[in-house]
Amino acid sequence: FGYQCHSPLAQAAMFRNDYDTDVTTFSPAGRIHQVEYAIAAVKQGSACVALKSDDFAVLAAVSRKESELGSHQEKLFKVDDHLGIGISGLIADGRVLCKYLRTECLNHKFVFEGKMQTGRLVKNLSDKSQKYTQTSEKRPYGVGLLVIGYDKTGTHVFETLPSGNFFEYIAQAMGKRSQSSRTYLEKYFKEFKDMELGNLIEHALKSLKGASEETLTKNNCSVAYVGKGTKFTLLTGESLAPYMSLVDEEKKEAKKNED
Amino acid sequence: MEQLQNAIAESKSHPSTRTTRPIVTGASVLAIKYKDGVMVMSDTLASYGSMARYKSVQRICKVNETTLIGASGEYSDFQYLKDLVEELTDEEFDEDDGASMSPKEIHSYLSRVMYNRRSKIDPLYNFVCVAGFKEGKSYLGALDYFGSTFEEDVFTSGYGMYIALPLIRKDWSADMDEKSAVALLEKCMTVLFYRDCRTINKYNIAKVTASGVEISKPYSLKTEWSYKRFQNPHIIE
Repeated sequence: FGYQCHSPLAQAAMFRNDYDTDVTTFSPAGRIHQVEYAIAAVKQGSACVALKSDDFAVLAAVSRKESELGSHQEKLFKVDDHLGIGISGLIADGRVLCKYLRTECLNHKFVFEGKMQTGRLVKNLSDKSQKYTQTSEKRPYGVGLLVIGYDKTGTHVFETLPSGNFFEYIAQAMGKRSQSSRTYLEKYFKEFKDMELGNLIEHALKSLKGASEETLTKNNCSVAYVGKGTKFTLLTGESLAPYMSLVDEEKKEAKKNED
Repeated sequence: MEQLQNAIAESKSHPSTRTTRPIVTGASVLAIKYKDGVMVMSDTLASYGSMARYKSVQRICKVNETTLIGASGEYSDFQYLKDLVEELTDEEFDEDDGASMSPKEIHSYLSRVMYNRRSKIDPLYNFVCVAGFKEGKSYLGALDYFGSTFEEDVFTSGYGMYIALPLIRKDWSADMDEKSAVALLEKCMTVLFYRDCRTINKYNIAKVTASGVEISKPYSLKTEWSYKRFQNPHIIE
């Protein structure tokens, strides 16, 4: 075969595959490589973490800057008063999906005068994503979402992928170097159930530390939370500053003890 | 222009299929909030004009564990509303995620339906009450064929609006116990039976409380016909 995988991403990440030309072709091993490549795009995005207690769900994300002259990438978005997302991967695809989710929530609110159930919204999104894994004219979405919400059945953290799969979690991380975040979360998740909001945010930021190339400051990361009696709230810059000191405090203590 | 001409041509060949007047109708539905939830009562008659044609019709029905609806007006339109709501509850059953629609959400959904039909000049000819009890709070909402909606402590439709509502306003209180609520509705239904020609003495009474929805079997109320004027209407004394 004369076909060659030119993308440095594919060359770096996996072996040359023969059955990866389009999304409507299975490989002999029963895999659809294009969908897997789309998931790889998610893994290349900057990190995003989400975790929840019984009353609150928290999102945190690393907001990279393209260059010194630019602004930090927005990664966390409000979808409705009770629901929000963090995105990893192709940010443009993420914006489109965010618009879709917002429209779905608004339509639901208009007809039923109530908040849309997080799980049902995620299911609708996943069904939409699945369509593009089964058509020859379009490509899958290259973005994964971490969806946090608070509805009739309590707090939720969902992860959606380009494959159309979705899972519910107590805590999850996605994007570059997210494995270190996941390891941190696996260590502490059992304590989350009854944890206070402030401590949850602290854990979110601490789990994010390993996934960021630079030291986390109030400007290069963002936090969002939603929960009981609390609308979706985004913390960036000055509003995030008080929590950054909590994360740094530990560093200071460690340094103190070392000296 | 071409679209208009096509529409005119088409309308001549197809008869109008929109509602012009109700054919098989139900009379009053009464509903009141009380201490434990909401109570709803109606008779079991669907009239065919002035004929008492279908005498065992249930005009109050359960939607889910927290809500019930009752309607007066065109009975076939009520059946259609029931089908629509059943579609929603079936979908919810399939979702199986532990969440269920609140009475307010069902009320809002039906409002959208009624208003849309009114806007097409093809109304669902009903006056509907949505009664529910969720998370310790009673809910009672009304919908009519114009698409008007509102929430209230009491609901009456048809002749009930003229005859029963004043009686209810006199004796109703938010913390009525079950016995008093039943007595009040039964009193109103008795008067309606005496005065509204499109009723029969056979009723369903339903309540929705913290323990769910209960709709009674049909039963009759005591009526008094031994007045001299009933027996000999021509006597002038």
